[in-house]
Amino acid sequence: MTTDAISESSAKSDFWQGVRLSMPVVVASAPFAVLFGALAVEQGFSVLEAFLMSALVFGGASQMVGIQLFGQHVAPWLIVLSIFAVNFRHVLYSAGIGRRIAHWPLIQKALGYFILTDPQFAVAEARAQSGQTVGFAWYLGLGLPVYVLWIVESALGAVFGKLIPDTHALGIDFLLPIYFLGLVLGFRKRPLWLPVVVASAVGSIIAYKTVGSPWHVSIGAVTGILLAVILPPRHSGVEARP
Amino acid sequence: MSTTFWIIIAAAIATYLTRIGGHLVISRFENIHPRVEAGLNAVPAAVLTTLVAPEMLNAGPAEWAALVVTALVSLRGGLMPMFLAGAAVLIAARQFVG
Repeated sequence: MTTDAISESSAKSDFWQGVRLSMPVVVASAPFAVLFGALAVEQGFSVLEAFLMSALVFGGASQMVGIQLFGQHVAPWLIVLSIFAVNFRHVLYSAGIGRRIAHWPLIQKALGYFILTDPQFAVAEARAQSGQTVGFAWYLGLGLPVYVLWIVESALGAVFGKLIPDTHALGIDFLLPIYFLGLVLGFRKRPLWLPVVVASAVGSIIAYKTVGSPWHVSIGAVTGILLAVILPPRHSGVEARP
Repeated sequence: MSTTFWIIIAAAIATYLTRIGGHLVISRFENIHPRVEAGLNAVPAAVLTTLVAPEMLNAGPAEWAALVVTALVSLRGGLMPMFLAGAAVLIAARQFVG
Protein backbone atom coordinates (compact mmCIF):
# COMPACT_ATOMS: atom_id res chain seq x y z
CA MET A 1 0.00 0.00 0.00
CA THR A 2 1.31 3.46 -0.84
CA THR A 3 1.27 6.23 1.77
CA ASP A 4 -1.49 7.96 -0.20
CA ALA A 5 -3.73 4.90 -0.04
CA ILE A 6 -3.09 4.50 3.69
CA SER A 7 -3.95 8.10 4.50
CA GLU A 8 -6.99 7.92 2.24
CA SER A 9 -8.37 4.84 3.97
CA SER A 10 -7.71 6.32 7.41
CA ALA A 11 -9.48 9.52 6.35
CA LYS A 12 -12.43 7.36 5.28
CA SER A 13 -12.64 5.61 8.62
CA ASP A 14 -12.21 8.94 10.44
CA PHE A 15 -15.12 10.31 8.42
CA TRP A 16 -17.39 7.41 9.38
CA GLN A 17 -16.35 7.67 13.00
CA GLY A 18 -17.49 11.29 12.88
CA VAL A 19 -20.78 10.27 11.23
CA ARG A 20 -21.47 7.82 14.08
CA LEU A 21 -20.93 10.60 16.63
CA SER A 22 -23.26 12.91 14.72
CA MET A 23 -26.29 10.63 15.13
CA PRO A 24 -27.48 11.85 18.56
CA VAL A 25 -27.20 15.43 17.30
CA VAL A 26 -29.20 14.56 14.16
CA VAL A 27 -31.97 13.01 16.28
CA ALA A 28 -32.07 15.86 18.81
CA SER A 29 -32.15 18.62 16.21
CA ALA A 30 -34.73 17.02 13.88
CA PRO A 31 -37.85 18.25 15.74
CA PHE A 32 -36.47 21.78 15.84
CA ALA A 33 -35.74 21.77 12.11
CA VAL A 34 -39.30 20.64 11.34
CA LEU A 35 -40.65 23.16 13.86
CA PHE A 36 -38.57 25.93 12.32
CA GLY A 37 -39.93 25.17 8.85
CA ALA A 38 -43.53 25.07 10.06
CA LEU A 39 -43.19 28.29 12.09
CA ALA A 40 -41.34 30.10 9.31
CA VAL A 41 -44.26 29.50 6.93
CA GLU A 42 -46.68 30.53 9.69
CA GLN A 43 -44.77 33.84 10.05
CA GLY A 44 -44.87 34.60 6.33
CA PHE A 45 -41.82 32.86 4.86
CA SER A 46 -42.08 30.84 1.65
CA VAL A 47 -40.88 27.22 1.63
CA LEU A 48 -37.85 28.28 -0.44
CA GLU A 49 -36.99 31.06 2.03
CA ALA A 50 -37.22 28.67 4.99
CA PHE A 51 -34.96 26.23 3.12
CA LEU A 52 -32.51 29.01 2.24
CA MET A 53 -32.30 30.32 5.79
CA SER A 54 -31.52 26.85 7.15
CA ALA A 55 -28.89 26.30 4.44
CA LEU A 56 -27.13 29.65 4.88
CA VAL A 57 -27.52 30.54 8.57
CA PHE A 58 -27.57 26.98 10.07
CA GLY A 59 -28.21 28.09 13.66
CA GLY A 60 -31.44 26.85 15.26
CA ALA A 61 -32.07 29.39 18.03
CA SER A 62 -31.09 32.36 15.87
CA GLN A 63 -33.38 31.21 13.04
CA MET A 64 -36.28 30.96 15.51
CA VAL A 65 -35.52 34.48 16.77
CA GLY A 66 -35.34 35.73 13.19
CA ILE A 67 -38.73 34.41 12.11
CA GLN A 68 -40.38 35.52 15.37
CA LEU A 69 -39.24 39.11 14.75
CA PHE A 70 -40.07 38.82 11.05
CA GLY A 71 -43.65 37.89 11.99
CA GLN A 72 -43.84 41.02 14.15
CA HIS A 73 -42.77 43.18 11.18
CA VAL A 74 -39.63 44.33 12.92
CA ALA A 75 -37.19 46.46 10.88
CA PRO A 76 -34.89 44.23 8.75
CA TRP A 77 -31.66 45.58 10.27
CA LEU A 78 -32.94 44.79 13.75
CA ILE A 79 -33.79 41.22 12.69
CA VAL A 80 -30.25 40.76 11.37
CA LEU A 81 -28.76 42.37 14.49
CA SER A 82 -30.82 40.09 16.74
CA ILE A 83 -29.67 37.00 14.81
CA PHE A 84 -26.12 38.29 15.17
CA ALA A 85 -26.65 38.79 18.91
CA VAL A 86 -28.04 35.29 19.44
CA ASN A 87 -25.17 33.78 17.45
CA PHE A 88 -22.55 35.86 19.19
CA ARG A 89 -21.58 32.95 21.44
CA HIS A 90 -19.95 31.34 18.39
CA VAL A 91 -17.16 33.90 18.72
CA LEU A 92 -16.02 32.01 21.79
CA TYR A 93 -16.31 28.60 20.08
CA SER A 94 -14.38 30.00 17.15
CA ALA A 95 -11.59 31.24 19.40
CA GLY A 96 -11.48 27.87 21.15
CA ILE A 97 -11.55 25.55 18.12
CA GLY A 98 -9.03 27.68 16.23
CA ARG A 99 -6.19 26.07 18.22
CA ARG A 100 -7.38 22.57 17.26
CA ILE A 101 -7.65 23.08 13.51
CA ALA A 102 -4.69 25.40 12.98
CA HIS A 103 -3.01 22.72 10.79
CA TRP A 104 -5.85 22.61 8.21
CA PRO A 105 -5.55 24.29 4.77
CA LEU A 106 -7.41 27.62 4.48
CA ILE A 107 -10.39 26.29 2.45
CA GLN A 108 -10.99 23.48 4.95
CA LYS A 109 -10.83 25.97 7.82
CA ALA A 110 -13.31 28.28 6.07
CA LEU A 111 -15.72 25.36 5.68
CA GLY A 112 -15.08 24.10 9.20
CA TYR A 113 -16.07 27.44 10.74
CA PHE A 114 -19.25 27.50 8.64
CA ILE A 115 -20.58 24.33 10.33
CA LEU A 116 -19.39 25.32 13.83
CA THR A 117 -22.54 24.78 15.93
CA ASP A 118 -22.91 24.18 19.69
CA PRO A 119 -22.67 20.35 19.49
CA GLN A 120 -19.98 20.50 16.79
CA PHE A 121 -17.82 22.58 19.12
CA ALA A 122 -18.59 20.46 22.18
CA VAL A 123 -17.75 17.11 20.49
CA ALA A 124 -14.67 18.40 18.66
CA GLU A 125 -13.34 20.04 21.82
CA ALA A 126 -13.88 16.80 23.77
CA ARG A 127 -11.89 14.86 21.13
CA ALA A 128 -9.06 17.39 21.26
CA GLN A 129 -8.95 17.22 25.05
CA SER A 130 -8.67 13.41 24.94
CA GLY A 131 -5.41 13.92 23.06
CA GLN A 132 -6.63 12.98 19.55
CA THR A 133 -6.16 15.25 16.55
CA VAL A 134 -9.24 16.93 15.12
CA GLY A 135 -8.85 16.02 11.42
CA PHE A 136 -10.90 17.51 8.62
CA ALA A 137 -12.44 14.17 7.56
CA TRP A 138 -13.57 13.39 11.10
CA TYR A 139 -14.91 16.94 11.64
CA LEU A 140 -16.80 16.82 8.34
CA GLY A 141 -18.26 13.40 9.22
CA LEU A 142 -19.53 14.92 12.47
CA GLY A 143 -21.02 18.03 10.89
CA LEU A 144 -22.23 17.09 7.42
CA PRO A 145 -25.13 14.76 8.38
CA VAL A 146 -26.41 17.37 10.84
CA TYR A 147 -26.23 20.08 8.18
CA VAL A 148 -27.88 18.10 5.36
CA LEU A 149 -30.71 16.78 7.52
CA TRP A 150 -31.27 20.20 9.12
CA ILE A 151 -31.97 21.67 5.66
CA VAL A 152 -34.12 18.76 4.44
CA GLU A 153 -36.20 18.68 7.62
CA SER A 154 -36.68 22.47 7.56
CA ALA A 155 -38.09 22.23 4.04
CA LEU A 156 -40.33 19.31 5.06
CA GLY A 157 -41.56 21.32 8.06
CA ALA A 158 -42.32 24.28 5.81
CA VAL A 159 -44.29 22.14 3.34
CA PHE A 160 -46.12 20.40 6.18
CA GLY A 161 -46.72 23.70 8.00
CA LYS A 162 -48.86 24.95 5.13
CA LEU A 163 -51.19 21.98 5.66
CA ILE A 164 -51.91 22.67 9.34
CA PRO A 165 -55.55 23.84 9.44
CA ASP A 166 -56.04 25.26 12.94
CA THR A 167 -52.71 26.62 14.18
CA HIS A 168 -54.24 28.11 17.33
CA ALA A 169 -55.59 24.78 18.65
CA LEU A 170 -52.16 23.23 18.05
CA GLY A 171 -50.55 26.11 19.94
CA ILE A 172 -48.20 26.94 17.04
CA ASP A 173 -48.31 30.67 17.82
CA PHE A 174 -47.05 30.16 21.38
CA LEU A 175 -44.46 27.42 20.79
CA LEU A 176 -41.64 29.93 20.27
CA PRO A 177 -42.04 31.66 23.67
CA ILE A 178 -42.00 28.19 25.27
CA TYR A 179 -38.87 27.27 23.32
CA PHE A 180 -37.16 30.54 24.26
CA LEU A 181 -38.09 30.11 27.91
CA GLY A 182 -36.41 26.70 27.68
CA LEU A 183 -33.27 28.29 26.22
CA VAL A 184 -33.23 31.03 28.87
CA LEU A 185 -33.54 28.41 31.63
CA GLY A 186 -30.74 26.40 30.01
CA PHE A 187 -28.33 29.20 30.89
CA ARG A 188 -29.43 29.30 34.53
CA LYS A 189 -26.11 27.96 35.92
CA ARG A 190 -24.25 30.99 34.59
CA PRO A 191 -23.15 33.54 37.19
CA LEU A 192 -25.47 36.52 37.48
CA TRP A 193 -28.16 34.71 35.47
CA LEU A 194 -31.17 35.73 37.59
CA PRO A 195 -30.31 39.46 37.89
CA VAL A 196 -29.70 39.64 34.12
CA VAL A 197 -32.97 37.84 33.33
CA VAL A 198 -34.96 40.05 35.74
CA ALA A 199 -33.36 43.24 34.38
CA SER A 200 -34.00 42.21 30.76
CA ALA A 201 -37.57 41.14 31.54
CA VAL A 202 -38.42 44.41 33.33
CA GLY A 203 -36.61 46.48 30.68
CA SER A 204 -38.35 44.75 27.78
CA ILE A 205 -41.82 44.90 29.36
CA ILE A 206 -41.49 48.63 30.15
CA ALA A 207 -40.18 49.29 26.62
CA TYR A 208 -42.97 47.16 25.12
CA LYS A 209 -45.57 49.25 26.99
CA THR A 210 -43.99 52.63 26.26
CA VAL A 211 -41.83 52.63 23.12
CA GLY A 212 -43.48 49.55 21.64
CA SER A 213 -42.38 46.55 19.57
CA PRO A 214 -39.75 45.92 18.14
CA TRP A 215 -37.65 48.19 20.35
CA HIS A 216 -38.45 46.19 23.47
CA VAL A 217 -35.99 43.52 22.26
CA SER A 218 -32.92 45.75 22.02
CA ILE A 219 -33.84 47.92 25.01
CA GLY A 220 -34.50 44.89 27.21
CA ALA A 221 -31.32 43.15 26.06
CA VAL A 222 -29.19 46.25 26.66
CA THR A 223 -30.69 46.61 30.16
CA GLY A 224 -29.57 43.09 31.12
CA ILE A 225 -26.13 43.39 29.48
CA LEU A 226 -25.48 46.79 31.11
CA LEU A 227 -26.24 45.31 34.51
CA ALA A 228 -23.55 42.66 33.94
CA VAL A 229 -21.09 45.31 32.71
CA ILE A 230 -21.74 47.74 35.59
CA LEU A 231 -21.54 45.21 38.44
CA PRO A 232 -18.00 44.33 39.55
CA PRO A 233 -16.76 41.58 37.17
CA ARG A 234 -16.29 39.07 40.00
CA HIS A 235 -20.12 38.79 40.16
CA SER A 236 -20.02 37.41 36.61
CA GLY A 237 -17.38 34.85 37.55
CA VAL A 238 -14.85 36.77 35.48
CA GLU A 239 -11.40 37.07 37.01
CA ALA A 240 -10.18 40.64 37.30
CA ARG A 241 -6.82 40.82 35.59
CA PRO A 242 -4.04 43.24 36.50
CA MET B 1 -35.14 40.00 -4.88
CA SER B 2 -37.47 40.24 -1.87
CA THR B 3 -36.63 41.90 1.47
CA THR B 4 -36.83 38.47 3.10
CA PHE B 5 -34.14 37.20 0.77
CA TRP B 6 -31.79 40.03 1.74
CA ILE B 7 -32.52 39.53 5.43
CA ILE B 8 -31.48 35.89 5.03
CA ILE B 9 -28.28 36.81 3.16
CA ALA B 10 -27.32 39.45 5.74
CA ALA B 11 -28.13 37.08 8.61
CA ALA B 12 -25.96 34.40 6.97
CA ILE B 13 -23.01 36.80 6.65
CA ALA B 14 -23.47 38.07 10.24
CA THR B 15 -23.60 34.48 11.51
CA TYR B 16 -20.51 33.45 9.58
CA LEU B 17 -18.67 36.44 11.03
CA THR B 18 -19.42 35.17 14.56
CA ARG B 19 -18.15 31.70 13.61
CA ILE B 20 -14.90 32.89 12.08
CA GLY B 21 -14.50 36.14 14.04
CA GLY B 22 -13.58 34.74 17.42
CA HIS B 23 -10.59 33.01 15.90
CA LEU B 24 -9.58 36.09 13.93
CA VAL B 25 -10.10 38.65 16.69
CA ILE B 26 -9.58 36.94 20.03
CA SER B 27 -6.41 35.17 18.91
CA ARG B 28 -5.00 38.65 18.26
CA PHE B 29 -5.87 40.22 21.62
CA GLU B 30 -4.42 38.43 24.61
CA ASN B 31 -6.70 40.14 27.12
CA ILE B 32 -10.41 40.93 26.95
CA HIS B 33 -11.47 43.52 29.51
CA PRO B 34 -13.30 41.71 32.35
CA ARG B 35 -16.33 44.01 32.00
CA VAL B 36 -16.58 43.27 28.28
CA GLU B 37 -16.35 39.57 29.02
CA ALA B 38 -19.05 39.91 31.70
CA GLY B 39 -21.26 41.71 29.19
CA LEU B 40 -20.69 39.04 26.54
CA ASN B 41 -21.55 36.31 29.02
CA ALA B 42 -24.87 38.02 29.70
CA VAL B 43 -25.82 38.29 26.00
CA PRO B 44 -27.75 35.00 25.48
CA ALA B 45 -29.93 35.25 28.61
CA ALA B 46 -30.55 38.98 28.10
CA VAL B 47 -31.60 38.68 24.45
CA LEU B 48 -33.73 35.55 24.86
CA THR B 49 -35.54 36.93 27.93
CA THR B 50 -36.86 39.88 25.92
CA LEU B 51 -38.53 37.43 23.53
CA VAL B 52 -40.47 35.75 26.34
CA ALA B 53 -41.28 38.49 28.89
CA PRO B 54 -43.67 40.68 26.82
CA GLU B 55 -45.53 37.56 25.64
CA MET B 56 -46.41 36.90 29.28
CA LEU B 57 -48.45 40.13 29.37
CA ASN B 58 -50.89 38.73 26.83
CA ALA B 59 -50.81 35.15 28.13
CA GLY B 60 -54.03 33.46 29.27
CA PRO B 61 -54.44 30.44 31.58
CA ALA B 62 -53.37 27.93 28.90
CA GLU B 63 -50.17 29.87 28.13
CA TRP B 64 -49.33 30.35 31.82
CA ALA B 65 -49.84 26.65 32.53
CA ALA B 66 -47.46 25.82 29.68
CA LEU B 67 -44.78 28.26 30.88
CA VAL B 68 -44.97 27.01 34.47
CA VAL B 69 -44.68 23.35 33.39
CA THR B 70 -41.77 24.25 31.08
CA ALA B 71 -39.96 25.91 33.99
CA LEU B 72 -40.61 22.95 36.31
CA VAL B 73 -39.41 20.35 33.78
CA SER B 74 -36.29 22.45 33.20
CA LEU B 75 -35.13 21.70 36.74
CA ARG B 76 -34.69 18.05 35.70
CA GLY B 77 -34.75 17.59 31.94
CA GLY B 78 -32.91 18.91 28.93
CA LEU B 79 -34.19 21.32 26.29
CA MET B 80 -36.25 18.76 24.37
CA PRO B 81 -38.25 17.24 27.28
CA MET B 82 -38.83 20.78 28.56
CA PHE B 83 -40.15 21.97 25.22
CA LEU B 84 -42.32 18.90 24.61
CA ALA B 85 -43.88 19.10 28.10
CA GLY B 86 -44.68 22.80 27.68
CA ALA B 87 -46.14 22.24 24.22
CA ALA B 88 -48.24 19.28 25.40
CA VAL B 89 -49.72 21.30 28.28
CA LEU B 90 -50.43 24.25 25.96
CA ILE B 91 -52.22 22.12 23.36
CA ALA B 92 -54.21 20.23 26.01
CA ALA B 93 -55.21 23.43 27.86
CA ARG B 94 -56.23 25.22 24.65
CA GLN B 95 -58.80 22.52 23.94
CA PHE B 96 -60.63 23.66 27.10
CA VAL B 97 -59.99 27.37 27.53
CA GLY B 98 -59.27 28.27 23.89
